[in-house]
Amino acid sequence: MVLGAGMHPWGKWGRGFVEYGTAAARAALADAGLDWRDVGSIVGAGTVRGGYPGHVAGAAFAKALGWQGARVTTVYAACASGAQAVAAARAQILAGLADVVLVVGADAAPKGFFRPAGGDRPDDPDWLRFRVLGATNPAYFGLYARRRMAVHGDSPDDFARVKVKNAAMGALNPNARYRRPVTAEEVAASAVVADPLRLLDICATSDGGAALVLCSVDFARRRGAARPVRIRAVSTVTPRFPSTVLDLPDIATDSAAGADPDGGTFRASIARAAYEEAGLGPGDLSLAEVYDLSTALELQWYEDLGLCGEGEGAKLLREGVTAPGGRVPVNPSGGLASFGEAVPAQAIAQVCELTWQLRGAAGGRQVEGARVGITANQGLFGHGSAVVAVR
Amino acid sequence: MSRTRTPVVAGWFTGEGEAFRLLGTRCSACASVFFPREDGHCRNPGCPGGELEEVPLSRRGRIWSYTDTRYRPPSPYVSDPKLPWVSYALIAVELEAERIVVLGQAAEGVTVADLAVGMEVEAVPGVLAEDAETTWTTWKWRPAAGGDGGGRDMTTGAGA
Repeated sequence: MVLGAGMHPWGKWGRGFVEYGTAAARAALADAGLDWRDVGSIVGAGTVRGGYPGHVAGAAFAKALGWQGARVTTVYAACASGAQAVAAARAQILAGLADVVLVVGADAAPKGFFRPAGGDRPDDPDWLRFRVLGATNPAYFGLYARRRMAVHGDSPDDFARVKVKNAAMGALNPNARYRRPVTAEEVAASAVVADPLRLLDICATSDGGAALVLCSVDFARRRGAARPVRIRAVSTVTPRFPSTVLDLPDIATDSAAGADPDGGTFRASIARAAYEEAGLGPGDLSLAEVYDLSTALELQWYEDLGLCGEGEGAKLLREGVTAPGGRVPVNPSGGLASFGEAVPAQAIAQVCELTWQLRGAAGGRQVEGARVGITANQGLFGHGSAVVAVR
Repeated sequence: MSRTRTPVVAGWFTGEGEAFRLLGTRCSACASVFFPREDGHCRNPGCPGGELEEVPLSRRGRIWSYTDTRYRPPSPYVSDPKLPWVSYALIAVELEAERIVVLGQAAEGVTVADLAVGMEVEAVPGVLAEDAETTWTTWKWRPAAGGDGGGRDMTTGAGA
């Protein structure tokens, strides 16, 4: 059960990640109507930019909120850290180890390209791709985008359309960093970063914090919570060998010479696991929050979530199916296009948006009659992440 | 002053000119190929694990996708911040026999305008960077001499 959701607005605020995380935590606790001392366990999603895994994030947030003895956990799974934090919290609740768990993720992102930690570390694939190739994250996004253009006939105009859609929603979201509509002409006029993608096709890196208060069914009932949002599935799957889609931070794919890929890509398997656990399918969705690290990648997620067949993502967008008022609005929060990525907070922020949408409390961004939502995301090194929530 | 030529990573490629090859390893039990080389244990979970033998990879392959780098990548990429940034292309190449896609920089002078998905390219020796004592060598992809320029069905194979 989701009793509370809260965020610190995304931006470039120039302060520490603990401040953003505790602000989000206090907002989530206030939303849940609970005192911090009612929380039996805290799970922090780690940021690599705090030294250690974010000063070992769970404890850093617990100390800032005021030590009260809660059980503590910290997880790190790159962009999927938030989903793993939700998974850890949920497992503790289902195992009866805690009634109420606070999940917190926050980041204070550096300017410019993400880069690996310093030092000479030739055994680290993330270090190697920068050292040997200079392959930044946008370079991989560019490869995917070009591949879609060649194989599916997508065009830069299709990619720009994603940005226009998401920016229009982000303009309505008080927690978004970019709150201004963007036109296709503005996307086309922005500088090329990694051909064929332009600056406005690629998500920025941001400061921000997000938090959730999760509890057991019994606790929600005792509290008399009125129809709380329920988490029906958390998918944290890894790829299956051979993984044949080139993925950051790798320099090469697995080889399929010794074993055939058994149906489907890693990204598709993330959603499939979530649907199976929830007992739902893509036809049941009211909305989706997907990781639009680039505009082209959002189209890929449509296909990986089963919203349409392979290669039909751009058509789905053009038909307005994923726009506000469409059959399955995607990224009604404004997505990464409007937020910029705050790594350990982002997957939690996706669940915050589902929570508000399913409660009918999303204001001008509200998806009419929202009943079922999914989040999807993928963390560096092979971390799947998807959450299904219902009300 | 003469610089020492040193591979940016040891054991990933060998040879000069026509004899240049990327080096991977192949499992003697299941035939899976690994690049970058895997010298510990075969990573196919359905394989009992054979000997991992060093093998040269196919010299030619076809472009799976490509992009470029309009902005200077951060360290540990080595570039001289005093010089204006010169963009280079990155090419992901599908090797048919190994059923693997390998990323690399394009050879000097090759831009995205020269490339197409499905085009035949070949691995050639190249220079990644130079500092006071060292010329760091690497592999680069270059449109193949006598290549057919693409047109093969691009949606089949390892990278589909």
